[in-house]
Amino acid sequence: MSVPASRDQAHRFEVAEKVYALYVNIRMVLRRKSTLAFMLCLPLLALIFGLIIYPFFYSIFLSMLNKRETDFVGFANFFFLFKRDTFWMVVRQSFLFTLTAVFFKALIGFILAHLIDVLPNKRQRLWRGLFLIPWVMPPALSTLGWWWLFEPSYSALNWLLQKLFAISIPWLSDTFWARFCVILVNIWFGSPFFMIMYLAGLKSVSPELYEAASIDGANAWQKLFYITIPMMRNIIAITILFSTIVTFANFDIVRVLTQGGPRYTTHLFGTYSFLLGIQSGDVPLGAAVSLFMFPILAVLAFFILRNVRQRVREV
Amino acid sequence: MNLLKFISFSDIKKNRKWALIAAYFFLAIFVIFFLFPPFYMIMTSFKTNEEISSLKGIPFIFNQRPTLYHYKNLLTNTLFPIYFKNTVIVTIITVAVSMIISILAAYSLSRLRFWGSWLLATGVFLTYLVPETLLFIPLFKMVGNFGLLNSKWSLVLVFPTLAVPFCTWIMIGYFSSIPKELDEAALMDGANWYQMLYRVFIPVAMPGIIAATIFAFTVSWAGFLYPLAFIYSNEELVLTVGTVTTLIRGDVMHWGGLMAGAILAAAPPVIIYAFLMDYYISGLMAGAVKD
Repeated sequence: MSVPASRDQAHRFEVAEKVYALYVNIRMVLRRKSTLAFMLCLPLLALIFGLIIYPFFYSIFLSMLNKRETDFVGFANFFFLFKRDTFWMVVRQSFLFTLTAVFFKALIGFILAHLIDVLPNKRQRLWRGLFLIPWVMPPALSTLGWWWLFEPSYSALNWLLQKLFAISIPWLSDTFWARFCVILVNIWFGSPFFMIMYLAGLKSVSPELYEAASIDGANAWQKLFYITIPMMRNIIAITILFSTIVTFANFDIVRVLTQGGPRYTTHLFGTYSFLLGIQSGDVPLGAAVSLFMFPILAVLAFFILRNVRQRVREV
Repeated sequence: MNLLKFISFSDIKKNRKWALIAAYFFLAIFVIFFLFPPFYMIMTSFKTNEEISSLKGIPFIFNQRPTLYHYKNLLTNTLFPIYFKNTVIVTIITVAVSMIISILAAYSLSRLRFWGSWLLATGVFLTYLVPETLLFIPLFKMVGNFGLLNSKWSLVLVFPTLAVPFCTWIMIGYFSSIPKELDEAALMDGANWYQMLYRVFIPVAMPGIIAATIFAFTVSWAGFLYPLAFIYSNEELVLTVGTVTTLIRGDVMHWGGLMAGAILAAAPPVIIYAFLMDYYISGLMAGAVKD
């Protein structure tokens, strides 16, 4: 089957023309591309600059005014806070709250993920779904449920303790128990997130590694410490960092459950800043308290970014 | 030899079976911890006031006939329907605005590079890590300067700051995973950027768009700090704050009504999640890491 030379040439020419037209088209798009690209990002830029970056610097400015916001007082608000015992208690409680809650969330999430991973695939969906419910309920509202549970005389928890051990605990009016409660509710709310992340991590570890380990006679603990945890190191690190930020900046749970009480002992940076800045009307002092979160958040963000940078480069 | 093989095989099987039983046992214990609060909330919301305030009987079950009184009361005698309406309005607008902003930006950042686009992509990620407790005080002042204090429209202004970074971030991921050949094919057909976005990117990245929409919805629906700081009059309040602050000031035994309010207010996100769990989870994963 031979095609006459002239037709073949004409065909080739046609193809070349099409390719050239495509090339021109792409070049035109490319030329307008960067302007267009910038225009498409304008709403995002406006949002980030107007409602995130500007407020951040505005917050620094506000924190340097006096209570009536008439005079510039430099770092006086910060020095004032340094001299207050309440402030240092808030600092200690914020760290205690964050470290304890994140530790137990990571632990429980890890255990849950492993338990669910044992189940047959069909069952996994149902159980995963059940455990995620605390995480999808708006925290302010689910905390209301906990608030009712912790009610000392008419509610279920103390009823049970009364029947079993003949004791009742003043859940929210005693400092130790109030701190225990806010941490417990945070663990309840946040563990499912860890579970989901770990579960996805477990799925990504190749089963051949475990088979090879079994042949070498490794037991379950050895498999956990020498295969699972090293393979999931990245996902564990990033989940813990994310959760640390969110837990450290928590507001809803403490606000609804204890309002910072008894005697300021359960306040976190967020709730204490709300109390001073919005409720007591000392906006500069409130801004100063919330700015104290920034260095810690920045350090955490730095480590997260280092973990995720690989992915950003791919973009 | 064969016998030995058989024994070790049945051993493994036996081990598996025991592992499964143990897993179910511990999962059952955890389920009690994780689902008891919502269960108890639902139970309480159907109990009569006398039953709630009585010390007799087991609190986990109905000792008297269940009642719909709290729900009826909530919907007819309180401002709850107004809170619900406000939350719906704020959420719909927030979701729409956030999705438009993030789809346009993600399309641009994933395909059409410009000077500084890498920096912007990183910046988007960093802003996603900014918690609301860091910025609510300057935003409170700014909202005041705009004359939006004590208005639900202030929330429409500030909620996108919580939703857009995450949505943009995961949309960049979804858009980047679309093969370049699709763009070229569309270009060959003479599509411009708008047609390409509308006809190619949005349909192909639909799972990502659903995941981002669910996230924006959840953020806006569950928002608590901003409305608590910005809004104080009843007619403008949203569900979360309205339920937590005003329903508490009811009669002495307010628990039934309070739990009914919390259950009704928490229902929409839970229902949406029940139907779209897989999108929800994939969005969650895409937000943090991508393997």
